[in-house]
Amino acid sequence: MIEEQQIWNILEEVKDPEVPVLSVVDLGIVRSVKTANDKIDIIITPTYSGCPAMDVINMDIRLKLIEKGFRNITVQQQLSPAWTTDWLSEEGKKKLKAFGIAPPNPKQQFCSSEMFRQEAVQCPRCNSWHTELISQFGSTACKSMYRCLDCKEAFDYFKCH
Amino acid sequence: MNTQTFLYSLHLADNALILGQRNAEWTGHGPVLEQDIAITNISLDLLGQARNFYQYAAFLFNGFNEEQKKAVDQYIPRLWKKYNRELQEDDLAFLREEQQYLNLLITELPRGDWAQSVLRQFFFSAFQFYLYQQLQNNADQQLAAIAEKSIKEVTYHLRWSGEWVIRLGDGTNESNDRMKNALTDQWMFTGEMFMPEAYELLDVSTIKNSWTKKVDDILSQATLELPKQTWMQSGGKHGKHSEYLGYLLTEMQYLQRTFPNVTW
Repeated sequence: MIEEQQIWNILEEVKDPEVPVLSVVDLGIVRSVKTANDKIDIIITPTYSGCPAMDVINMDIRLKLIEKGFRNITVQQQLSPAWTTDWLSEEGKKKLKAFGIAPPNPKQQFCSSEMFRQEAVQCPRCNSWHTELISQFGSTACKSMYRCLDCKEAFDYFKCH
Repeated sequence: MNTQTFLYSLHLADNALILGQRNAEWTGHGPVLEQDIAITNISLDLLGQARNFYQYAAFLFNGFNEEQKKAVDQYIPRLWKKYNRELQEDDLAFLREEQQYLNLLITELPRGDWAQSVLRQFFFSAFQFYLYQQLQNNADQQLAAIAEKSIKEVTYHLRWSGEWVIRLGDGTNESNDRMKNALTDQWMFTGEMFMPEAYELLDVSTIKNSWTKKVDDILSQATLELPKQTWMQSGGKHGKHSEYLGYLLTEMQYLQRTFPNVTW
Protein backbone atom coordinates (compact mmCIF):
# COMPACT_ATOMS: atom_id res chain seq x y z
CA MET A 1 0.00 0.00 0.00
CA ILE A 2 1.38 3.37 -1.02
CA GLU A 3 0.96 6.30 1.34
CA GLU A 4 -0.48 9.43 -0.26
CA GLN A 5 1.79 11.61 1.86
CA GLN A 6 4.79 9.79 0.42
CA ILE A 7 3.66 10.78 -3.10
CA TRP A 8 3.13 14.43 -2.06
CA ASN A 9 6.70 14.44 -0.72
CA ILE A 10 8.03 13.12 -4.02
CA LEU A 11 6.06 15.73 -5.94
CA GLU A 12 7.95 18.40 -3.96
CA GLU A 13 10.95 17.33 -6.03
CA VAL A 14 9.23 18.01 -9.37
CA LYS A 15 10.02 21.57 -10.43
CA ASP A 16 8.26 24.00 -12.74
CA PRO A 17 10.56 23.93 -15.81
CA GLU A 18 10.13 27.68 -16.36
CA VAL A 19 10.47 28.80 -12.73
CA PRO A 20 12.77 26.07 -11.41
CA VAL A 21 12.73 27.27 -7.79
CA LEU A 22 9.06 26.28 -7.48
CA SER A 23 7.86 22.72 -7.11
CA VAL A 24 4.53 21.70 -8.61
CA VAL A 25 3.20 21.57 -5.04
CA ASP A 26 4.37 25.15 -4.34
CA LEU A 27 2.61 26.24 -7.54
CA GLY A 28 -0.65 24.80 -6.30
CA ILE A 29 -1.33 22.89 -9.50
CA VAL A 30 -1.57 19.43 -7.91
CA ARG A 31 -5.26 19.12 -7.10
CA SER A 32 -5.36 15.61 -5.78
CA VAL A 33 -3.31 12.50 -5.16
CA LYS A 34 -5.14 9.19 -4.73
CA THR A 35 -3.56 5.82 -4.17
CA ALA A 36 -5.08 2.35 -4.23
CA ASN A 37 -2.85 -0.72 -3.90
CA ASP A 38 -0.04 -0.05 -6.39
CA LYS A 39 -2.00 2.52 -8.40
CA ILE A 40 -1.41 6.28 -8.24
CA ASP A 41 -3.91 8.80 -9.66
CA ILE A 42 -2.80 12.40 -9.81
CA ILE A 43 -4.90 15.33 -10.95
CA ILE A 44 -3.19 18.54 -11.98
CA THR A 45 -4.65 21.80 -13.25
CA PRO A 46 -2.96 24.09 -15.80
CA THR A 47 -1.85 27.58 -14.81
CA TYR A 48 -2.63 29.21 -18.19
CA SER A 49 -4.45 27.44 -21.05
CA GLY A 50 -1.48 27.75 -23.39
CA CYS A 51 1.31 27.21 -20.88
CA PRO A 52 3.82 25.01 -22.73
CA ALA A 53 5.25 23.87 -19.39
CA MET A 54 2.15 21.78 -18.65
CA ASP A 55 3.03 18.91 -20.98
CA VAL A 56 6.56 18.89 -19.59
CA ILE A 57 5.28 18.92 -16.00
CA ASN A 58 2.98 16.01 -16.77
CA MET A 59 5.94 14.03 -18.09
CA ASP A 60 8.27 15.11 -15.26
CA ILE A 61 5.79 13.85 -12.65
CA ARG A 62 5.70 10.46 -14.35
CA LEU A 63 9.46 10.26 -14.71
CA LYS A 64 10.04 11.21 -11.08
CA LEU A 65 7.60 8.56 -9.84
CA ILE A 66 9.08 5.94 -12.17
CA GLU A 67 12.53 6.85 -10.87
CA LYS A 68 11.23 6.16 -7.34
CA GLY A 69 10.05 2.74 -8.37
CA PHE A 70 6.35 3.32 -9.10
CA ARG A 71 4.84 1.98 -12.31
CA ASN A 72 1.07 2.30 -12.28
CA ILE A 73 0.62 6.06 -12.68
CA THR A 74 -2.06 8.21 -14.27
CA VAL A 75 -1.77 11.98 -14.47
CA GLN A 76 -4.94 13.76 -15.56
CA GLN A 77 -5.75 17.41 -16.19
CA GLN A 78 -8.73 19.11 -14.69
CA LEU A 79 -9.70 22.68 -15.67
CA SER A 80 -12.29 23.56 -13.06
CA PRO A 81 -12.00 25.13 -10.53
CA ALA A 82 -9.55 27.31 -12.45
CA TRP A 83 -6.07 27.74 -11.00
CA THR A 84 -5.40 30.98 -9.17
CA THR A 85 -2.19 32.49 -7.80
CA ASP A 86 -3.92 32.39 -4.40
CA TRP A 87 -3.06 28.67 -4.41
CA LEU A 88 0.66 29.38 -4.41
CA SER A 89 2.12 28.24 -1.10
CA GLU A 90 3.63 30.76 1.32
CA GLU A 91 6.86 28.83 0.99
CA GLY A 92 6.60 29.21 -2.80
CA LYS A 93 6.15 32.98 -2.52
CA LYS A 94 9.31 33.24 -0.42
CA LYS A 95 11.24 31.14 -2.92
CA LEU A 96 10.05 33.34 -5.79
CA LYS A 97 11.21 36.49 -4.06
CA ALA A 98 14.60 34.99 -3.23
CA PHE A 99 14.89 34.06 -6.92
CA GLY A 100 14.29 37.71 -7.96
CA ILE A 101 10.65 37.39 -9.03
CA ALA A 102 8.08 39.48 -7.17
CA PRO A 103 5.42 37.11 -5.75
CA PRO A 104 1.75 37.66 -6.69
CA ASN A 105 -0.47 40.00 -4.70
CA PRO A 106 -3.69 38.48 -3.35
CA LYS A 107 -6.26 38.10 -6.10
CA GLN A 108 -9.06 40.12 -4.49
CA GLN A 109 -6.81 43.14 -4.50
CA PHE A 110 -6.53 43.40 -8.26
CA CYS A 111 -7.26 41.28 -11.35
CA SER A 112 -9.87 43.32 -13.18
CA SER A 113 -10.44 44.34 -16.77
CA GLU A 114 -10.34 48.04 -15.88
CA MET A 115 -7.94 50.07 -17.96
CA PHE A 116 -4.80 51.86 -16.80
CA ARG A 117 -4.90 50.66 -13.20
CA GLN A 118 -1.50 50.15 -11.67
CA GLU A 119 -0.88 47.54 -9.07
CA ALA A 120 1.56 48.28 -6.23
CA VAL A 121 4.31 45.69 -6.55
CA GLN A 122 7.30 45.49 -4.26
CA CYS A 123 10.77 45.25 -5.79
CA PRO A 124 12.15 41.79 -4.91
CA ARG A 125 15.70 43.18 -4.74
CA CYS A 126 15.56 46.37 -2.67
CA ASN A 127 12.00 46.02 -1.25
CA SER A 128 10.99 49.46 -2.53
CA TRP A 129 7.33 50.01 -3.42
CA HIS A 130 8.41 52.75 -5.80
CA THR A 131 8.02 50.66 -8.94
CA GLU A 132 6.21 50.89 -12.26
CA LEU A 133 4.69 48.54 -14.80
CA ILE A 134 6.60 48.05 -18.05
CA SER A 135 4.24 45.49 -19.58
CA GLN A 136 1.43 43.24 -18.43
CA PHE A 137 3.05 40.41 -20.39
CA GLY A 138 6.49 38.93 -19.82
CA SER A 139 8.83 36.09 -20.66
CA THR A 140 6.24 33.47 -19.69
CA ALA A 141 2.44 33.53 -19.57
CA CYS A 142 2.44 33.87 -15.77
CA LYS A 143 4.65 36.96 -15.49
CA SER A 144 4.55 40.69 -16.18
CA MET A 145 7.44 43.14 -16.32
CA TYR A 146 8.12 45.90 -13.81
CA ARG A 147 10.95 48.27 -13.08
CA CYS A 148 12.11 49.60 -9.74
CA LEU A 149 12.44 53.39 -9.68
CA ASP A 150 14.81 53.27 -6.70
CA CYS A 151 17.35 50.56 -7.48
CA LYS A 152 16.62 50.98 -11.23
CA GLU A 153 16.48 47.23 -11.85
CA ALA A 154 13.85 45.68 -14.08
CA PHE A 155 12.18 42.61 -12.58
CA ASP A 156 9.52 39.99 -13.25
CA TYR A 157 6.27 39.99 -11.35
CA PHE A 158 4.38 36.71 -11.02
CA LYS A 159 1.07 38.34 -11.88
CA CYS A 160 -2.09 37.74 -9.97
CA HIS A 161 -4.45 35.38 -11.73
CA MET B 1 -22.66 14.29 -26.31
CA ASN B 2 -24.22 15.45 -29.52
CA THR B 3 -23.24 16.85 -32.87
CA GLN B 4 -24.32 20.36 -31.92
CA THR B 5 -21.78 20.49 -29.08
CA PHE B 6 -19.12 19.13 -31.43
CA LEU B 7 -19.73 21.91 -33.97
CA TYR B 8 -19.91 24.56 -31.29
CA SER B 9 -16.57 23.40 -29.86
CA LEU B 10 -15.08 23.61 -33.34
CA HIS B 11 -16.39 27.14 -33.79
CA LEU B 12 -14.95 28.29 -30.44
CA ALA B 13 -11.64 26.54 -31.18
CA ASP B 14 -11.39 27.97 -34.70
CA ASN B 15 -11.95 31.53 -33.45
CA ALA B 16 -9.10 31.19 -30.97
CA LEU B 17 -6.73 29.34 -33.30
CA ILE B 18 -7.10 31.65 -36.29
CA LEU B 19 -6.69 34.84 -34.29
CA GLY B 20 -3.80 33.26 -32.38
CA GLN B 21 -2.10 32.46 -35.68
CA ARG B 22 -2.69 36.00 -36.99
CA ASN B 23 -1.27 37.63 -33.89
CA ALA B 24 1.73 35.31 -34.01
CA GLU B 25 2.70 37.00 -37.29
CA TRP B 26 3.93 39.86 -35.07
CA THR B 27 6.66 37.64 -33.62
CA GLY B 28 9.84 39.62 -34.17
CA HIS B 29 7.92 42.48 -35.83
CA GLY B 30 6.23 44.25 -32.89
CA PRO B 31 6.70 48.02 -32.55
CA VAL B 32 8.80 47.52 -29.41
CA LEU B 33 10.06 44.37 -27.74
CA GLU B 34 7.61 44.50 -24.81
CA GLN B 35 4.59 44.77 -27.11
CA ASP B 36 5.92 42.10 -29.42
CA ILE B 37 6.01 39.87 -26.33
CA ALA B 38 2.55 41.01 -25.24
CA ILE B 39 0.71 40.20 -28.46
CA THR B 40 2.46 36.86 -28.85
CA ASN B 41 1.58 36.01 -25.24
CA ILE B 42 -2.03 36.64 -26.21
CA SER B 43 -1.46 34.27 -29.15
CA LEU B 44 -0.24 31.63 -26.75
CA ASP B 45 -3.31 31.97 -24.52
CA LEU B 46 -5.57 31.72 -27.57
CA LEU B 47 -3.70 28.67 -28.80
CA GLY B 48 -4.18 27.05 -25.39
CA GLN B 49 -7.90 27.78 -25.47
CA ALA B 50 -8.11 26.37 -29.00
CA ARG B 51 -6.36 23.18 -27.87
CA ASN B 52 -8.84 22.68 -25.04
CA PHE B 53 -11.80 23.07 -27.41
CA TYR B 54 -10.25 20.84 -30.13
CA GLN B 55 -9.43 18.14 -27.57
CA TYR B 56 -13.02 18.18 -26.44
CA ALA B 57 -14.34 18.11 -30.03
CA ALA B 58 -12.09 15.14 -30.84
CA PHE B 59 -13.20 13.37 -27.65
CA LEU B 60 -16.87 13.88 -28.59
CA PHE B 61 -16.33 12.70 -32.15
CA ASN B 62 -14.52 9.53 -31.07
CA GLY B 63 -17.53 8.68 -28.91
CA PHE B 64 -20.08 9.21 -31.70
CA ASN B 65 -22.08 6.39 -33.28
CA GLU B 66 -22.03 5.96 -37.07
CA GLU B 67 -25.09 8.11 -37.60
CA GLN B 68 -23.63 11.01 -35.61
CA LYS B 69 -20.30 10.69 -37.42
CA LYS B 70 -22.11 10.88 -40.73
CA ALA B 71 -23.98 14.01 -39.62
CA VAL B 72 -20.74 15.95 -39.09
CA ASP B 73 -18.78 14.27 -41.89
CA GLN B 74 -18.45 17.44 -43.94
CA TYR B 75 -16.29 18.97 -41.17
CA ILE B 76 -13.94 16.01 -40.79
CA PRO B 77 -10.55 16.23 -42.56
CA ARG B 78 -10.26 13.91 -45.56
CA LEU B 79 -6.61 13.09 -44.93
CA TRP B 80 -7.36 11.83 -41.43
CA LYS B 81 -9.73 9.19 -42.85
CA LYS B 82 -6.71 7.36 -44.25
CA TYR B 83 -4.93 7.33 -40.89
CA ASN B 84 -6.97 4.55 -39.27
CA ARG B 85 -6.69 5.95 -35.79
CA GLU B 86 -8.82 8.07 -33.47
CA LEU B 87 -9.35 11.72 -34.30
CA GLN B 88 -6.94 14.08 -32.48
CA GLU B 89 -6.75 17.80 -31.83
CA ASP B 90 -3.98 18.29 -34.41
CA ASP B 91 -6.06 16.70 -37.18
CA LEU B 92 -8.78 19.27 -36.57
CA ALA B 93 -6.34 22.17 -36.51
CA PHE B 94 -4.03 21.22 -39.34
CA LEU B 95 -5.92 19.07 -41.82
CA ARG B 96 -9.26 20.76 -42.40
CA GLU B 97 -9.92 22.91 -45.44
CA GLU B 98 -11.24 26.47 -45.60
CA GLN B 99 -14.93 25.61 -45.83
CA GLN B 100 -14.61 23.32 -42.83
CA TYR B 101 -13.53 26.21 -40.59
CA LEU B 102 -16.25 27.89 -38.55
CA ASN B 103 -14.38 30.94 -37.25
CA LEU B 104 -15.67 34.50 -37.32
CA LEU B 105 -14.48 36.48 -40.34
CA ILE B 106 -12.95 39.16 -38.11
CA THR B 107 -10.37 36.67 -36.81
CA GLU B 108 -8.98 35.94 -40.27
CA LEU B 109 -8.53 39.54 -41.47
CA PRO B 110 -4.88 40.38 -42.20
CA ARG B 111 -2.90 41.70 -39.26
CA GLY B 112 -2.62 45.12 -40.93
CA ASP B 113 -0.81 47.83 -38.97
CA TRP B 114 -0.61 47.97 -35.18
CA ALA B 115 -3.85 49.97 -34.95
CA GLN B 116 -5.70 47.27 -36.90
CA SER B 117 -4.28 44.46 -34.81
CA VAL B 118 -5.07 46.04 -31.45
CA LEU B 119 -8.55 47.20 -32.47
CA ARG B 120 -9.46 43.74 -33.75
CA GLN B 121 -8.08 42.24 -30.53
CA PHE B 122 -10.18 44.62 -28.49
CA PHE B 123 -13.40 43.82 -30.42
CA PHE B 124 -12.70 40.12 -30.13
CA SER B 125 -11.59 40.11 -26.48
CA ALA B 126 -14.67 42.08 -25.44
CA PHE B 127 -16.78 39.49 -27.29
CA GLN B 128 -14.93 36.55 -25.70
CA PHE B 129 -15.22 38.16 -22.28
CA TYR B 130 -19.03 38.35 -22.32
CA LEU B 131 -19.34 35.04 -24.16
CA TYR B 132 -17.24 33.13 -21.63
CA GLN B 133 -19.06 34.84 -18.79
CA GLN B 134 -22.21 33.09 -20.00
CA LEU B 135 -20.55 29.89 -21.16
CA GLN B 136 -19.04 29.19 -17.74
CA ASN B 137 -22.59 28.56 -16.50
CA ASN B 138 -23.47 26.26 -19.39
CA ALA B 139 -24.97 22.84 -18.76
CA ASP B 140 -22.12 21.29 -20.73
CA GLN B 141 -19.52 20.92 -17.99
CA GLN B 142 -16.43 20.74 -20.15
CA LEU B 143 -17.30 23.87 -22.15
CA ALA B 144 -18.12 25.61 -18.87
CA ALA B 145 -14.75 24.59 -17.39
CA ILE B 146 -12.82 25.83 -20.44
CA ALA B 147 -14.70 29.15 -20.27
CA GLU B 148 -14.06 29.50 -16.53
CA LYS B 149 -10.36 28.92 -17.13
CA SER B 150 -10.09 31.14 -20.22
CA ILE B 151 -11.96 34.19 -19.00
CA LYS B 152 -9.11 34.98 -16.61
CA GLU B 153 -6.74 35.21 -19.55
CA VAL B 154 -9.23 37.16 -21.64
CA THR B 155 -9.49 39.73 -18.83
CA TYR B 156 -5.83 40.58 -19.42
CA HIS B 157 -6.32 40.69 -23.20
CA LEU B 158 -9.27 43.03 -22.85
CA ARG B 159 -7.35 45.42 -20.63
CA TRP B 160 -4.28 45.42 -22.81
CA SER B 161 -6.11 45.92 -26.11
CA GLY B 162 -8.52 48.50 -24.64
CA GLU B 163 -5.60 50.54 -23.34
CA TRP B 164 -4.02 50.49 -26.79
CA VAL B 165 -7.23 51.64 -28.49
CA ILE B 166 -7.38 54.59 -26.09
CA ARG B 167 -3.67 55.35 -26.40
CA LEU B 168 -3.76 55.45 -30.19
CA GLY B 169 -7.19 57.03 -30.60
CA ASP B 170 -6.35 59.79 -28.15
CA GLY B 171 -2.74 60.05 -29.30
CA THR B 172 -1.19 61.92 -32.21
CA ASN B 173 -2.92 62.93 -35.46
CA GLU B 174 -1.21 60.04 -37.16
CA SER B 175 -2.27 57.41 -34.58
CA ASN B 176 -5.81 58.82 -34.50
CA ASP B 177 -6.02 58.57 -38.31
CA ARG B 178 -4.85 55.01 -38.26
CA MET B 179 -7.37 54.09 -35.58
CA LYS B 180 -10.17 55.72 -37.59
CA ASN B 181 -9.13 53.76 -40.69
CA ALA B 182 -9.05 50.54 -38.73
CA LEU B 183 -12.49 51.26 -37.33
CA THR B 184 -13.91 51.92 -40.81
CA ASP B 185 -12.36 48.72 -42.17
CA GLN B 186 -13.36 46.42 -39.32
CA TRP B 187 -16.74 47.61 -38.14
CA MET B 188 -18.66 45.62 -40.76
CA PHE B 189 -17.08 42.42 -39.37
CA THR B 190 -18.30 42.92 -35.80
CA GLY B 191 -21.98 42.08 -36.42
CA GLU B 192 -21.28 38.43 -37.18
CA MET B 193 -20.41 37.79 -33.51
CA PHE B 194 -24.05 38.30 -32.56
CA MET B 195 -25.77 36.48 -35.45
CA PRO B 196 -27.08 33.21 -33.99
CA GLU B 197 -26.02 29.94 -35.58
CA ALA B 198 -27.89 26.65 -35.11
CA TYR B 199 -25.00 24.90 -33.34
CA GLU B 200 -24.53 27.52 -30.64
CA LEU B 201 -25.39 26.43 -27.11
CA LEU B 202 -26.20 29.95 -25.99
CA ASP B 203 -27.94 32.93 -27.53
CA VAL B 204 -25.15 35.26 -28.69
CA SER B 205 -27.57 38.06 -29.48
CA THR B 206 -27.95 38.60 -25.72
CA ILE B 207 -24.26 39.54 -25.46
CA LYS B 208 -24.60 42.38 -27.92
CA ASN B 209 -25.74 45.01 -25.41
CA SER B 210 -22.88 44.48 -22.97
CA TRP B 211 -20.41 44.38 -25.84
CA THR B 212 -21.72 47.59 -27.42
CA LYS B 213 -21.64 49.35 -24.05
CA LYS B 214 -18.01 48.36 -23.47
CA VAL B 215 -16.98 49.31 -27.01
CA ASP B 216 -18.79 52.63 -26.80
CA ASP B 217 -17.08 53.41 -23.49
CA ILE B 218 -13.57 52.66 -24.76
CA LEU B 219 -14.09 54.40 -28.11
CA SER B 220 -15.32 57.56 -26.42
CA GLN B 221 -12.26 57.57 -24.13
CA ALA B 222 -10.25 57.15 -27.32
CA THR B 223 -12.03 60.21 -28.84
CA LEU B 224 -13.47 57.94 -31.54
CA GLU B 225 -17.08 57.53 -32.53
CA LEU B 226 -19.10 54.35 -32.78
CA PRO B 227 -19.65 53.94 -36.55
CA LYS B 228 -23.19 54.46 -37.79
CA GLN B 229 -22.91 51.85 -40.51
CA THR B 230 -25.23 48.93 -39.86
CA TRP B 231 -24.71 46.54 -42.80
CA MET B 232 -22.66 43.60 -41.61
CA GLN B 233 -20.56 40.88 -43.26
CA SER B 234 -21.23 37.27 -42.34
CA GLY B 235 -20.49 33.71 -43.45
CA GLY B 236 -17.49 32.56 -41.41
CA LYS B 237 -19.62 30.81 -38.81
CA HIS B 238 -20.94 28.43 -41.44
CA GLY B 239 -17.79 28.02 -43.49
CA LYS B 240 -17.98 30.84 -46.04
CA HIS B 241 -14.73 32.72 -45.69
CA SER B 242 -12.78 35.63 -47.12
CA GLU B 243 -9.84 35.01 -49.40
CA TYR B 244 -7.47 35.68 -46.49
CA LEU B 245 -8.16 32.39 -44.70
CA GLY B 246 -6.73 30.16 -47.42
CA TYR B 247 -3.36 31.88 -47.31
CA LEU B 248 -3.27 31.68 -43.53
CA LEU B 249 -4.08 27.95 -43.56
CA THR B 250 -1.51 27.26 -46.26
CA GLU B 251 1.22 28.63 -44.05
CA MET B 252 -0.10 27.17 -40.80
CA GLN B 253 -0.77 23.67 -42.16
CA TYR B 254 2.33 23.34 -44.32
CA LEU B 255 4.27 21.05 -42.01
CA GLN B 256 1.47 18.57 -41.24
CA ARG B 257 0.53 18.32 -44.90
CA THR B 258 4.10 17.85 -46.11
CA PHE B 259 5.08 15.41 -43.36
CA PRO B 260 1.81 13.77 -42.22
CA ASN B 261 1.75 12.91 -38.51
CA VAL B 262 5.10 14.55 -37.87
CA THR B 263 5.81 15.30 -34.19
CA TRP B 264 8.63 16.86 -32.23
